[in-house]
Amino acid sequence: MTTLDLVMALVVGGLFAAGFYLLLDRSLMRVLLGVIVLGHAANLLLLLTGGPPGMPPVVAEGDDTERYADPLPQAMALTAIVITFGITTLLLALVHRAWQLDGHDEVRDDVEDRRIGTVEDREESGPPLPTDRDHEPGGGSGR
Amino acid sequence: MLALFALHAVVAAFLPWLAARAPRAAWYVAALPPLAAVGWAGWHTSAVLDGRTLNETLSWAPALNLTIELRLDPLSLLMVYVVSGVGALVLLYCARYLPGAGREAALLLLFAGVMFGLVTADQLIALYVFWELTSVISFLLISGRSEGSDHRRAAEQALLTTAAGGLAMLFGFILLGAEAGTYRVSELVADPPSGGLTWLAATLILLGAFAKSAQIPFSAWLPAAMVAPTPVSAYLHAAAMVKAGVYLVARLTPALEGVGPWRPAVLAVGLTTMVVAAWRALRQNDLKLLIAYGTVSELGMLIALLGAGTRTSALAGEEMLLAHAAFKSSLFLTVGVVEKTTGTRDLTRLSGVGRRLPLLAVAATVSAASMAGLPPLVGYLGKEAAFDGLWHAPFAGGVWAVAGMALGSLLTVAYSARFVWGAFARKPGIPETEPGPAALGLLWPICLLAAAAPVLGVWYAGTARLVEPYADTPGLMVGEGHAYAVKLWHGVTAPLVLSVTMIVLGLVLHQARLPVERVRRRMPRLPDSQRGYDLTVHGVDHAATWLTRHTQVGSLPFYLTVLLVTVVAVPGGTLLSHPPDWPEVVGWHSLMELPLGVVVLSALGGLVVARHRLTAVLLVGAVGYGVAGLFLVQGAPDLALTQFLVETLTLVIFVLVLRRLPSNFTPERPSSRGRLLRAGVALAAGGCVAYFAVSATAAGNSLELSETIVERAPETGAYNAVNALLVDFRALDTLGEISVLLVTAIGAGSLLGYRSSRRQWPTGPRDGSRAARAFRGIHWDVPREPWLPEADELPRRDRSLLLEVVVRALFPAVLVLSVYLLFAGHYRPGGGFAGGLVAGQAFTLRYLVGRRAEAAFPLPITPRAVAGGGLALAALVALAPLAFGRPPLYSASFELAIPLLGDLKVVTNVFFDLGVYLLVLGVCLKLLFALAQARDAGDTLVPYHERPRGVRG
Repeated sequence: MTTLDLVMALVVGGLFAAGFYLLLDRSLMRVLLGVIVLGHAANLLLLLTGGPPGMPPVVAEGDDTERYADPLPQAMALTAIVITFGITTLLLALVHRAWQLDGHDEVRDDVEDRRIGTVEDREESGPPLPTDRDHEPGGGSGR
Repeated sequence: MLALFALHAVVAAFLPWLAARAPRAAWYVAALPPLAAVGWAGWHTSAVLDGRTLNETLSWAPALNLTIELRLDPLSLLMVYVVSGVGALVLLYCARYLPGAGREAALLLLFAGVMFGLVTADQLIALYVFWELTSVISFLLISGRSEGSDHRRAAEQALLTTAAGGLAMLFGFILLGAEAGTYRVSELVADPPSGGLTWLAATLILLGAFAKSAQIPFSAWLPAAMVAPTPVSAYLHAAAMVKAGVYLVARLTPALEGVGPWRPAVLAVGLTTMVVAAWRALRQNDLKLLIAYGTVSELGMLIALLGAGTRTSALAGEEMLLAHAAFKSSLFLTVGVVEKTTGTRDLTRLSGVGRRLPLLAVAATVSAASMAGLPPLVGYLGKEAAFDGLWHAPFAGGVWAVAGMALGSLLTVAYSARFVWGAFARKPGIPETEPGPAALGLLWPICLLAAAAPVLGVWYAGTARLVEPYADTPGLMVGEGHAYAVKLWHGVTAPLVLSVTMIVLGLVLHQARLPVERVRRRMPRLPDSQRGYDLTVHGVDHAATWLTRHTQVGSLPFYLTVLLVTVVAVPGGTLLSHPPDWPEVVGWHSLMELPLGVVVLSALGGLVVARHRLTAVLLVGAVGYGVAGLFLVQGAPDLALTQFLVETLTLVIFVLVLRRLPSNFTPERPSSRGRLLRAGVALAAGGCVAYFAVSATAAGNSLELSETIVERAPETGAYNAVNALLVDFRALDTLGEISVLLVTAIGAGSLLGYRSSRRQWPTGPRDGSRAARAFRGIHWDVPREPWLPEADELPRRDRSLLLEVVVRALFPAVLVLSVYLLFAGHYRPGGGFAGGLVAGQAFTLRYLVGRRAEAAFPLPITPRAVAGGGLALAALVALAPLAFGRPPLYSASFELAIPLLGDLKVVTNVFFDLGVYLLVLGVCLKLLFALAQARDAGDTLVPYHERPRGVRG
């Protein structure tokens, strides 16, 4: 019946924890590494929940189908690996571009985002406040 | 019915064009469709009243069971007369009042059509659609084209109130339809549901009707909407749109009158609205607002009468509905004429208008008398029946209803008198008003509408014929064994005495208006529904701003933390509260897991504390290889192979990009408190997922599908089940996946500075070049061209002889391996992905050797052609079966007899896999080339903040 593999569960948990930790960072590069690690974690989780390990699902005459590992999660994970590769390169290009344009690859607070909450105050006090953006070195204003 | 509806829409579409050319004729044309509707209704009247209802069905999505059902029964017939008859007259009036207003003409006509649809719809959802369309058109008509902010505010209020009610009503409709098993109104009425959630459905539907018909506490929008042009007010906000709520109540009362809150709510809300709004009307000086409050009051009465659920009250309600449509629209139009000729509608500035405009004064007085309920007008018929119906009401609380009705009609008489006095009487102390001439084109629609009152009242037999069939619906109660007959004289009865008393008292109240006004000033102010609306809107705005300010802090880590905490709290909490049946626990399935697990976990530990970018990238590579090993242990060699290849390629690309970035992370490390919080959240979330993995394992899974896949894999020609899944069972997924891959590569390429110009894609040296000449013709075994010409261009100290030699030996071998993997995929681990990645790595090797001159790949075609060709091939293979009458992605196999080699079995999905191979190879080449470009570009690009200000644009 179903058996729990302690080592694998531990590895999956560790991968997710490390991935989330990196994802919460302010350095884009670390965020990217977090995405990669989370990709590994998700693939392994998919495989783990797909059933117990078995023989590689390459069919040969006279084999008992129940001894094979489930091919469906494998095919899905394979797709996921390739997609993760694509996303990784795209994010890496973004990191490179951010560095090229701003001189850093840091996720800074979005000032615009924060100003939405003060819309009422601004309406009551008349003309809009000057933007804070101009004071931020290399801030991501349009170019 | 559908044709009539379409006629309205088509004519409306041409009106703006027509109005620009023929300002008045456009309105006459606009009146044609409603007139056609009236004529059509007249044609069918006797048949419908004899019980032969007209049905029409348009099945517009039969597969989804979506149909539009229209039905003409006696109640719909009555409503068609009201909406189309009044509509036609109002449109004709507009020819003089608003000549050339194409937008208004089109909208009013469209409104007439939508209203026609609403009253003939026999299906709840279609009714809802028409219902909301009237709200939208009302919004457009109130807001005008470019009027002031009060117009916009009023329009917004009308839309918000009626649409919010409409949403509640939709929910009610769905509940009702689910409870009854049908959305057809006629079936619902014939076999009404009861029990379950019917009471909730009834309550929600009433909310929608109350909002639409401006009942307290939703009444504020109707007086506010009076900023619209007078004909719009006359039609939408007196005769038609606000009647939609009344109509809905009338339509569903036979089915729902006995359901929980229906009758008490209808009577309480309706009669309260009637009294309160009439009291408000009494103190208005603006004639238009006076009759607007009067409308709210009358609507309350109609809701109460038609929702009470007895035969007599239904008769009264129908008569009053007819009467109200005629007299109220004529009064509104009268106000329009008064305003147009005198320039004001303030009754404190009007005096002696009646003497100057006698025809108008007579018509308006007849209408007002009908409103007050004087004999022999139709308003009197209705009021008599109303008193009688409530007097003999077969339900508790009839006394209260009679009292409310009496008080309401007293006030109605008073404000009717106030209207006639205010508009036409000579008032001492106010200078005589000098109205200009009133065009006949404005007067005759008013006279016609006013004439309806005496005609319908005196010819009461005809009125009775029209209203009785609905009142005889089986769902309505017949009070105390007597069938009320519609006529003018019933003898001296209690209702008659009550009615006369109220008329007298009402006239007294009007005469005593000055003392009453003084008393009223001293009375506490009643709660105002406008203030309620303002407070609600302001409260919602304020709450939204407060919420935004406290949640929208602009910090990405903060948002992610909130998301993760939610994941831990909600799904995680649910998991914890439903612990799985613990499966049999084993430490490991295979001993190999232990070292691999240790590698992965320790690399992860290093990764989270690493401060050096390169270290971190190498550690993430180690994690990837470790995970690939775990895949192998789990019995997934295909996954492991792909993971190994991808990991290698990722590592190379990372290192190439990292050379341009600072060696340490920025910011190097967060504050220790932030780190602890992050670590806590990450560990909790990781633990949560691990626990989920345990639960999912314990839940087990049905292997039926997977077994089928394994069993049937050989049918696809692929004995490797994973490969069979990718190229056959789930080939559509694969097609999508390679498209995504191509898109990301294009994105990464453009971001890295790849400029796809043919000029920048040099091919290998041609025969004419110096390098080629140097080698030619020396000996047959000496190469005709130099191997790796790009390497020759490097400075000698940058070259690595060992690498060059190894690459020279490996390159063709690796390419052969990649092709082998491509074709072996059907029988062993491998396939298009693995093959393409291996081929890509062969080129990566050459890139590493050539370095600065790597752009000189001796390739005859560009990477994008390779990648795009791959995608095109895969798509072609997917679509080709269509040409043979097969479903897309069908794969066929056939045997080829090749001389000497023997039989060869070919499955078409091999070509699909070949497309995948080419695409992956093309993507790899594209990325490599983009990297080369990025490095060249990087030397000239100055970071943004270092550039002089003028260059930043």
